Amino acid sequence: MICVENVSKTYGKQTALASTTLVFQAGATTVLIGPSGCGKSTLLRIIVGLIRPDRGRVLLGAQALTADNAEVMRHGLGYVIQDGGLFPHLTAEENVTLLARFLKRSSEAINQRVTALSDLVQLSRTALSRYPKDLSGGQRQRVGLMRALMLDPAILLFDEPLGALDPITRSELQTQLKNIFTDLKKTVVLVTHDMGEAAYFGDEIVLLREGRIVQQGSLADLLERPVEPYVTDFIRAQRSPLPSFEEPVL
Amino acid sequence: MRILIACWIVLLLTPTVFAQELTVGSKRFTESYILGEIIQQTAEATQGTTAVHKQGLGNTGIVFAALKGGSIDVYPEYVGTLDKEILKNKAPADIATLNRQLAPMGLGVAVPLGFNNTYALAMPEEKAEALGIRTFSDLAKHPELKIALSQEFLGRADGWPGLQKAYRLPFSTPRGIDHGLSYEAIAQGQIDITDIYTTDAKIDRYKLRVLTDDRKFFPSYEAVLLYRLDLPQRLPKTWAALQKLEGKISEKRMIAMNAEAELEGKSFATIAAGFLNKEVNAPTTADPQQSFLTKLFGDDFWKLTTEHISLVFISLGFGVLVGVPLGIWAARVPRATQPILSIVGVIQTIPSLALLAFLIPLFQIGTPSALVALFLYALLPIVRNTYTGLSDIPSSLKESALALGLPSVARLRLIELPLAARTILAGIKTSAVINVGTATIAAFIGAGGYGERIASGLALNDNATLLAGAIPAAVLALLVQFGFDVLDRWLIPAGLQTQSPSLES
Repeated sequence: MICVENVSKTYGKQTALASTTLVFQAGATTVLIGPSGCGKSTLLRIIVGLIRPDRGRVLLGAQALTADNAEVMRHGLGYVIQDGGLFPHLTAEENVTLLARFLKRSSEAINQRVTALSDLVQLSRTALSRYPKDLSGGQRQRVGLMRALMLDPAILLFDEPLGALDPITRSELQTQLKNIFTDLKKTVVLVTHDMGEAAYFGDEIVLLREGRIVQQGSLADLLERPVEPYVTDFIRAQRSPLPSFEEPVL
Repeated sequence: MRILIACWIVLLLTPTVFAQELTVGSKRFTESYILGEIIQQTAEATQGTTAVHKQGLGNTGIVFAALKGGSIDVYPEYVGTLDKEILKNKAPADIATLNRQLAPMGLGVAVPLGFNNTYALAMPEEKAEALGIRTFSDLAKHPELKIALSQEFLGRADGWPGLQKAYRLPFSTPRGIDHGLSYEAIAQGQIDITDIYTTDAKIDRYKLRVLTDDRKFFPSYEAVLLYRLDLPQRLPKTWAALQKLEGKISEKRMIAMNAEAELEGKSFATIAAGFLNKEVNAPTTADPQQSFLTKLFGDDFWKLTTEHISLVFISLGFGVLVGVPLGIWAARVPRATQPILSIVGVIQTIPSLALLAFLIPLFQIGTPSALVALFLYALLPIVRNTYTGLSDIPSSLKESALALGLPSVARLRLIELPLAARTILAGIKTSAVINVGTATIAAFIGAGGYGERIASGLALNDNATLLAGAIPAAVLALLVQFGFDVLDRWLIPAGLQTQSPSLES
């Protein structure tokens, strides 16, 4: 479980995140959605400890995240960004095993874990021996996911993970990710600006606008009980302008 | 490799640590080289004395600092220079007065060698005749003449500033020119007037008229020995032998010896030996082309090469050891960025000879001072490239490393330094190539290297010797560049190389 308590962040006069309180349920997938600059990425980066909030605190499980314990706390988080954020000077496998090797885990345990994970994300052994620049976008994203899962963290955080992919790879990966989330029962927070993706993944959806939470609830809540017209506008705007085009999920 | 470098350092430092019995210094011009050689050979001829001659250490400031610091025991100096430039006396002093002033520094002056080599101005005989110029005073009527003076003459109190005031000369600040090049410049008509020494070998050869110092501005520049006061007690026999040189060298003899060096291409050792009536075994110049190749691959080739390479790479090694951490500091601590980059930038702008003159009192003449100077010059490219390489890493990668939960030092070692490696290596390469060139100045303070040939080539106006130093330095620079390109392929991770084996997806 992740608790965000009265967390706020401003840059100069710009409010990136107004005082926000949120609980992310353990074992569920929560999606943060909203237009650019709504504060969804800021909130995610505060949970990872990449941004220190001006006020408030973040609890991961029972423990508050501080500057002193951030390093160790991060070992219990898997963080995946757009295009994987892989280190170009390391092969895919070296990227995946970097932290485990640094923490002096046995090579036997590391190898077992890599085999299990490559089966899980369906990545071939040959791809693992390549450098990031020689991998396709989808492969890079799978490697990024393997790296995040390496130490089997309880929490997975995704910042627009599929944003840079072509539609076919993207839909393929969406299905795979959904299955992985269901199988592993991790606490997942996923940032996206795509309503279809939010609807597909989210047990809970949090819609943000200008640094504030507009509405939090299930897809049905947002569709049937919008708290303000903006919720409906936001969902509508994401449908195809073509009247005959049917959104597959909504 | 480390052992090899350690051996180099020991070898290089040996001469300064275990000083020979008598160490003679000289300034960077022909006459001083010859006199230094005469002093050295005279000492060698004394029973039980070994003597070393550190040739062409530099200008007055550097050689005097070397004497004061104890790096050398004795060197040939001129009374006028001592009087005005070193002791800064307002009125000319006699030798007894000079000795009283020098005693507190542990130095003394003695043994007038017998000739006076004063400054004078000279111009082509024909032009002087046509314009009717005989004396310095006559120059005041011809502000249109082009004048270029040696840097030292321009700067010193008993040189141009005083002369201009004394004669009210109408020239604005004259151009500076190396003394070794001024005769060529006058012969080609690029300049009309330059400063000369009255014992210069080329006055006759270039048909110059030496103008008369009609108001007696220049003091006497009698040649004498400037020495450390402990010398006569430490080596009484040697000192007695040196005292016998008193009055032995006439002005005419000195001009002749200078001509032997500069016009006939004899070595300083040969000339000194000839003067001391010893056997002359070194040959004079033969076919110029053969002489260039002989000079290029002369006996000292490997010695100079080793010295040059040691200077470049030892200073570079320290440059890396200090520069990379400084660059990391500049990249990681925003408040430190500007101060660090500014300071290493400013160091780069200090002219090399000025930096050396500043370092000599601290590190003595020779290899240590040269290494420190080269080390300081090596810093800027290394620090700047380390800083740039680290700052240019995309923030998404820095954050990925942070989000993994790697501690600061591990992020630096495992992620940031490998990603910046190519830029850092390029900075080290730049420093290495620049150092190969800059290391030629080491010769001016007796630290050896190819610069020895360049310095003596300049002093002698001997292009073959000059090129025999400049060409190997240029070749070495190319080799260093090539070596670093190979190192780049070898060290940079395959994932960062632009070309890699193409793989089917």
